Amino acid sequence: MVNCYNYFMPPRITKAAAKAAAAMMAVAAAVAIVIAPAANDNTLRIAATTSVHNAGLTDALVPVFEAECQCRVHVVVAGSGKALKLGEHGDVDMLLVHAPESERQYVKDGHGIGRQTIMHNAFVLAGPPDDPANAAAANTIAEAMKVIANKGAPFISRGDDSGTHKKEMQLWRQNQAENINNKWRIQSGAGMGKALLMADEKRAYILTDSATFAALRGKTDLHIIKKDNPPLRNEYSIIIINPARHPQTNTPLARRFAGWLLSPTARAIIANHQKFGERLFSPAGGAQQ
Amino acid sequence: MTEPASAFAQAVHLLISGDAALWRIIGVSIAVSMAALAAAAPLSIAAAYFLAHRRFAGRRFVLAALQSLLSFPTVAVGLILYLLLSRRGVLGAFDLLFTPAAMAAGQAIIVFPVLTVFALAALQKNDNRITETAKTLGASKLRAAITDIAEARFGIVAALLTGFGRAISEVGCALMVGGNIAGYTRNITTAIALETSAGKFAEGIALGMVLVFLALAASVLLSRLQANR
Repeated sequence: MVNCYNYFMPPRITKAAAKAAAAMMAVAAAVAIVIAPAANDNTLRIAATTSVHNAGLTDALVPVFEAECQCRVHVVVAGSGKALKLGEHGDVDMLLVHAPESERQYVKDGHGIGRQTIMHNAFVLAGPPDDPANAAAANTIAEAMKVIANKGAPFISRGDDSGTHKKEMQLWRQNQAENINNKWRIQSGAGMGKALLMADEKRAYILTDSATFAALRGKTDLHIIKKDNPPLRNEYSIIIINPARHPQTNTPLARRFAGWLLSPTARAIIANHQKFGERLFSPAGGAQQ
Repeated sequence: MTEPASAFAQAVHLLISGDAALWRIIGVSIAVSMAALAAAAPLSIAAAYFLAHRRFAGRRFVLAALQSLLSFPTVAVGLILYLLLSRRGVLGAFDLLFTPAAMAAGQAIIVFPVLTVFALAALQKNDNRITETAKTLGASKLRAAITDIAEARFGIVAALLTGFGRAISEVGCALMVGGNIAGYTRNITTAIALETSAGKFAEGIALGMVLVFLALAASVLLSRLQANR
């Protein structure tokens, strides 16, 4: 009997089994790390728009707040359209978005409460340095876009229901250009950074927020073709997800963060946040730069 | 073409300098994929053994279904899992969305068909008489199964390797159910997606190099377990 055992379980196998056991212990450690405690009362989950992340502002603000509140902040980066949907499902505790019309409707529909504008910058029209459609000759961004539409020059649209996309559609509607041969507009479905890189590759025009554009300086050949005066305002607001609809969200911590974002500390961080020597955002209610 | 070259140089520098954020990202990748493999492997191997030795009505269909699942798009798995794990979803109460556990679950689901099909192929190469002989010598069903699997260890380890590769390099599911949260659910693939979208190609290349290195390391490590052949 012993011989048969040895036949079917030779020493090689037992050694291999020992190695397998060691591997399994390593795996168990991995599992332990992964199954580590999920979000709890000390964690705030916020959906923040891609332009804020691309500008590096979330990386500047979050650690400071975390130190003060001794809590963890989980930032899920998503376009405003997706962020609003996540909030609707109650998957996040609060939002940082820039789609004022949709936000107002959102609060009216009871998905969010406590909407507050915390900062703003400007929308600008960027494009290839040689400006093939001569859009710079127009007086405003809206008119420049009309010129581009009429000439059929390549234009990159976000196409993802984000704050920038909604603004772009609003500007097209202003010119009644919405349905002008939709095909010529390239629907990228990408975040602001990626869309700018795409515009660079395709030598196309694109509507962008000034912060993301500045953050990508040196990475593209795009120039600012048109800037409105007074600037075409891009407002960023926070919305707290309605606890009446989603009682499991971390409303107290959300309120605390919302309050903190309007504090002098946060406003100083926002005002001083620079990339390549350019200030990217203006805190709400502060002095204009 | 100096941009890629300089990006490459920057990448090497980043890796050597021991950037904490970078190593955290690598840690998340490894931990999540290993956990996914740990969850899926026992089930897969058991399922493969069952499929190899039992004849039952619909067996052909099950095999065909598994093989078609081999190329199921990961982002579709991510979408389905998101709908399940969301607060509004059936499993919403477990609070699993945007956690590494959700990422591991997604990768386990993606990897299960791969592991099963490859393990089945390995087991089918075995001589039929192994289990029969073991049983006639008094081995229990479990011992007979272990013997059979041990005999096919070369192919089964190859299956694990393939599964690990698929798990650690998928991005669609990890992005959807993980949320790419810095320091928590950001793994190598989602970080590459994020960094390159901001034009940070050096970081993207650095992470890509690590991914390749990990695949090689897994291959070397697991080949040791195969016992010399």
